[in-house]
Amino acid sequence: MSNLAAESVNPLLPPVGEIIIGTITFAIAFFVLARFVWPRFEQVFRARREAIEGGIERAETMQAEAQAALEQYRAQLAEARTEAAQIRDQARAEGQQILEELRAQAQEESARIIARGEEQLAASRQQVVNQLRGEIGALAVDLAGRVVGESLEDQARRSGTVDRFLDQLDGMAAGASPDGRGGATGSSVYAQGDR
Amino acid sequence: MTSSAHALVDVLAAEGGGEEGGFHAPTIAEFYPEPVASFSLLGIDFEITRITIIMWIATAAILTLLVLAARKAAVVPGKLQYIGESGYSLVRDGMARDVIGPKGLPFASFLASLFFFILANNFMSIVPFAQISPNSKFAFPLVLAVIVWVLYNYIGIREQGAGRYFKDAAIPPGVPVGALILVTPIELLQVFIIRPFTLAVRLFANMFAGHMLLVVFSLGAVYLLTAGGIMPIFGAASFLMALVMTFFELLVIVLQAYVFVILTATYLNGAVEPAH
Repeated sequence: MSNLAAESVNPLLPPVGEIIIGTITFAIAFFVLARFVWPRFEQVFRARREAIEGGIERAETMQAEAQAALEQYRAQLAEARTEAAQIRDQARAEGQQILEELRAQAQEESARIIARGEEQLAASRQQVVNQLRGEIGALAVDLAGRVVGESLEDQARRSGTVDRFLDQLDGMAAGASPDGRGGATGSSVYAQGDR
Repeated sequence: MTSSAHALVDVLAAEGGGEEGGFHAPTIAEFYPEPVASFSLLGIDFEITRITIIMWIATAAILTLLVLAARKAAVVPGKLQYIGESGYSLVRDGMARDVIGPKGLPFASFLASLFFFILANNFMSIVPFAQISPNSKFAFPLVLAVIVWVLYNYIGIREQGAGRYFKDAAIPPGVPVGALILVTPIELLQVFIIRPFTLAVRLFANMFAGHMLLVVFSLGAVYLLTAGGIMPIFGAASFLMALVMTFFELLVIVLQAYVFVILTATYLNGAVEPAH
């Protein structure tokens, strides 16, 4: 009986056959588990981690996008503000320029008007002077003739006394007002005014 | 016919036949049942006993369960998948990652296989009709211990280089030169002989003793219940003890599987990282 055979066996000395069977069995178990079971679990762990991280990542992405949009909006706003300020400055500068120009124009205009007035005034004066010159000559000769009692007209005319006298007068007047506008420019202005 | 049944028959025969023998305690023959089949291959004798078959059943059962658990593995686990995953996570995170260290994850596969293999085989010691663990045969724990021994020595040589690995094993750093006379033989003996031996014996002896204990209390209960006088009272007590010891055995089953694997992880940790 096996009992009798077994009595003599040392349980710490296993038969070789058993060792081989044990090795093969464990090898098969390890192969199957390492091939079909653990990789699947690892895969699931990874998928789970990704699902969680994916959610967090998505939220982060969205937040980043919102942040970017906000930044962009702010940048655009700042840009618009700068632009507005620029436009305002430009407008102000332009206005200033226009004002300057207008002022210059107005000054020029007023200067011209004044000049023309003066010229007209000079022309009128010249006219009056010319007229008076003739009349004064005639009156003076007339008056002198009457005082002397005879007609000096022809003689006076011949000798040019009157003219000479008047020229002297003119010379004195020119000496008093040295800008020389009166007679010199008078003829040209007169011509202009005549037009 | 189980070996325990043999013993049971012996007990009952002793009772019925009225022989002077009285109670026949279970013997080591428990672990040497008659072979179901035996053959010789290349001069090696193979005996297929019921313990061998129990091992195959246990292995097939755990493989089937785990493959089923993993086959439809989804992000949201089912019950079976959850159990399988928990076991795998326990070994992967609790041992491979935390005990071995950052280089430990590649060993998770081996450690988890070892854990479930031992667990399933240990479990057979309290499964009705089997009621003996293949790990109470020294050959099977020895196979596992030898595999572990080969693995951690191989990893140690691969990770640290043969010279460094054996030198560190023989002359642990930080030991005074004088103490080396004592330390070196002890260390060498420990790393290369005692470790695998204790690893195998620890598992084997626990399962062996557990089985013996259960058999003693069960047979004792049967014997005492059929004995006359006030004996049946003790028989009931013995029966109760058998039940209690079965639950205790359940604890030992899980604990020994855990201890075996965590020790393996510790040895692998020593192999992966140079001693400091």
